[in-house]
Amino acid sequence: MRHVAHLGIGPVGFRIGSDWRGPIAQLETLYRDYPKPSIPDFSVHLFAARPWRKYLRPSVMIGGDYTIPDAAPLPLAQGLLAAEMGMNLQMALAQRRYLLLHASAVERDGKAVLMTGISGAGKSTLAALLMARGWRLMGDEFVLIDPATGLAHGFPRLISLKNQAIAVAQAAMPEGRFGPLLPGTPKGDIRHLVPDARAIRAMAEPAQPALLLFPRFGFDAAERPVPPSEAFVRLTQSSTNYVHLAERGFDALTRLVQSVPARAIDYPDTDSGIALVEALA
Amino acid sequence: MTSYRAAGPETLRIIPLDALTLVYHRASGITHVVDAPVPEMLEALGRDDLSVDQLLARLSERYDLLDADPAALAIRLDELVEAGLVERL
Repeated sequence: MRHVAHLGIGPVGFRIGSDWRGPIAQLETLYRDYPKPSIPDFSVHLFAARPWRKYLRPSVMIGGDYTIPDAAPLPLAQGLLAAEMGMNLQMALAQRRYLLLHASAVERDGKAVLMTGISGAGKSTLAALLMARGWRLMGDEFVLIDPATGLAHGFPRLISLKNQAIAVAQAAMPEGRFGPLLPGTPKGDIRHLVPDARAIRAMAEPAQPALLLFPRFGFDAAERPVPPSEAFVRLTQSSTNYVHLAERGFDALTRLVQSVPARAIDYPDTDSGIALVEALA
Repeated sequence: MTSYRAAGPETLRIIPLDALTLVYHRASGITHVVDAPVPEMLEALGRDDLSVDQLLARLSERYDLLDADPAALAIRLDELVEAGLVERL
């Protein structure tokens, strides 16, 4: 690979190699304040499907230690998204040390609020807006639970804002550092937001999980407790490596749902969503 | 006569949560989320070899069974044998 970036996010190190300079330059700019570990845990490769596709209608294939067969390439203009997807893919398929939950998380006073839900539930938006209100952002995509301690480790990669969430976050954080607008991706318009200095500075500090939230966007405001068994089932569904971790995963997840209260919240707009989270936390 | 016993305690992790109970089966790595009467059946069986009727009698001693039906219990037992949580002898 001609172009290479090293990048540490939370407890995980990546080496990202690319046939093109563009995606690496964007990563270097947006992740400029992140550590650069020399020994990576995972490798991501962005490469041309055929040699001529490096130049002619260039499109980016995502590879690395683990790959998904028949994954569709992205246009080079979305190379940054390809790099982010590549990192997520390695985590989802290869992470073995921590129980990986598909969730966003914020922390205040050492206590972490974990928010999980389907795509469109508002995980990233809520996490970004809570960051703007002084919470420490731990991540908008993955939370890592250490089976040995039960603590949550952050993974504060770039916050991936989609469609309407882009304008909402820009209004809340006019001074925020945003990546380029990526229109027409498979998930619509995407724009990345760089986590604030505090999130980056504290990214190696784990936190005690204190609240599990299952948000849903676009419904009348409502809130209900989620019993541990339902939380358990929903979190196994949001974990890509629960089965691989075997009994360590079972122990980590039973401990989490037995020790941390869980709530399902519905919210019609982001203001009421934020208010609900802050009232419960 | 067919008799049954629960899988060895070293192969099962049983964690009651609320109305539901988690059973982690070490041999397969599969997590079962089970409702009553499964945890009660596993506990009543233990490592004793019991026939369906003997198990039903033991459950009736411990719980107020509303529908003490040996045929239904036998079906439940066969499901648990299939899952590896109960051994058929």
